[in-house]
Amino acid sequence: MQQHDSAVLKKIMATEAETSCAVRSGAHGDRIFRWLTFLFAAAVLLILGLMIFEMTKESLPAITKFGWGFITGSNWDAVQGDFASLPFLYGSIVSSILAILLATPLSVATALFITEVAPKRVGGMAASLIELLAAIPSVIYGLWGVLVMAPWLQQTVQPWFVEHLGFLPFFSGAPYGVSMMAGVLILAIMIVPIITAISREVLLAVPQSQREAAVALGATKWEMIRIAVLPYGRSGVLGGVILGLGRAIGETMAVTMVIGNTPQISLSLLSPAYTMPSVIANEFAEATNALHSSALMEIGLMLLVVTLIINALARLLIWKVTKGQKGGAA
Amino acid sequence: MQNLYLRHFKSYTATALMLLATLIVLTPLCLIFIHILKMGFSSLSLDFFTQIPKPTGESGGGMANGLFGSALLILLASCLGLPIGVLGAVYLTEFNGGRLATAIRFSADVLAGIPSIITGMVAYTLLVLPMKGFSTLAGAVALSLIMIPIVLRTTEEQLKMVPGTLREASLALGVPLWRTSLKVILKSASKGVVTGILLAIARVAGETAPLLFTALGNQFWSRKLTEPIAALPLQIFSFAIAPYEDWHKLAWAGALVLVVIMFTLNLGARLLGRQKRYS
Repeated sequence: MQQHDSAVLKKIMATEAETSCAVRSGAHGDRIFRWLTFLFAAAVLLILGLMIFEMTKESLPAITKFGWGFITGSNWDAVQGDFASLPFLYGSIVSSILAILLATPLSVATALFITEVAPKRVGGMAASLIELLAAIPSVIYGLWGVLVMAPWLQQTVQPWFVEHLGFLPFFSGAPYGVSMMAGVLILAIMIVPIITAISREVLLAVPQSQREAAVALGATKWEMIRIAVLPYGRSGVLGGVILGLGRAIGETMAVTMVIGNTPQISLSLLSPAYTMPSVIANEFAEATNALHSSALMEIGLMLLVVTLIINALARLLIWKVTKGQKGGAA
Repeated sequence: MQNLYLRHFKSYTATALMLLATLIVLTPLCLIFIHILKMGFSSLSLDFFTQIPKPTGESGGGMANGLFGSALLILLASCLGLPIGVLGAVYLTEFNGGRLATAIRFSADVLAGIPSIITGMVAYTLLVLPMKGFSTLAGAVALSLIMIPIVLRTTEEQLKMVPGTLREASLALGVPLWRTSLKVILKSASKGVVTGILLAIARVAGETAPLLFTALGNQFWSRKLTEPIAALPLQIFSFAIAPYEDWHKLAWAGALVLVVIMFTLNLGARLLGRQKRYS
């Protein structure tokens, strides 16, 4: 018996050796193929590393010259060679956070309406409409913002705020149209499709059995959403919101066109402001000297670091959710 | 337990609020759409496609050089970015390298979320500074940097959906792995891959920020790859913020053309994607 087994084993090994001989013609190609595709895949890592390296290298002159004062100061003077970025940081943070606060409830409610309430057909139509609108380039949002929305804000909306709420510091000053308010609104309009699309995906991943269980226990539609759907999709929706935040902070063209581009820190939503990407967009191509472009690079570097962190967080959250979904389905 | 009527009332209110939110969300988006159609069609003429912009103060002119520039930039960016994205995705699916592959996937996702203006700055330091001038080439590189992570991820998703039995059948017939990957796996996923490529092109076609200090823009035709070149989104931007009524009209016409291009690409991608599901 023992003898017989080892004979079979030898035979198998011989066949294997033969096969590998026959395959050898391809083995060489396979090795080249493996390395070639690896190089291309690794290019992604390389690009990311190169981005961080180049941005850091180019901003070193500004970092060594201004130190922490670059973040805490608010003087931006290309003629005197004195650069500090607080007004841009303020503009970016305030506009993005207000836009997120405005967009999130609307987006999540819309995603809920599409997935849970609307008939499948209507929901599908609304979903593809919103997805299509997410594809509109930001320069077109900007065009609409500066030629249609800003004049409307200046003539209709902002005077109303000045008249009725002008005693609040948030609505003091003259209505310019192009303002922090315009920036927040255009950002909110632009990130709504993103958050809605991701929320919808996450909500669709909620197992049907969860909903059925809730309904079987006598839950109304809203109770079903609150008990069975929302808790299940919470971290995925949060991932979508964070992703939207990353988009809002990095959004350049539309904001540049409507926010007024004035480096000042003002509580009033009616006054013009400035954001980090906007100052880069406006000044980088015409930077007067090496220090000026280095200062802009440092703003870019801060933007890069912030968006890296935000995106990594969002991806981890979304990955966690969708992986769970795939594992469940398999 | 609360009163049943109260619970139903709550539920209906919540539903109504959701409907309201959906309407609020759709309103500005529809308004943008309507304005583009209205203003765009009223300012669009044949000149738009055949003329280059007129000097300040003169009326008329078009964006022919911008259309050509955009097409050239996209073509060059695709030549650079698509092979890297598609073949990189082949590596991720065929030689699933464990941690390294995960790191690559993660960086691709993170890279896709980096503001495009940063990509422009990086292309500036890599190409514009050493070459001492803004150029078509630098613009194309900036765009390709945006395309790569998108194409990589969408292609990988498509390749993963090809059933393993196809691969096994091909390998069992003695076909080397590299031919199997290219001729069997990539080919059977080709529709999905093309969908991803179309979406990436659509995304890049509307990009303005990365071109601001790479391609720079050009009032005239560009003759060399080392010269600045006009692009449709760049022209829309500079015309929209200029104080001339005529230029605003051209910007609206440009916006309409750009939106039509985007929607065509997106619809094409969608149709292809849908076809795939039936086959």
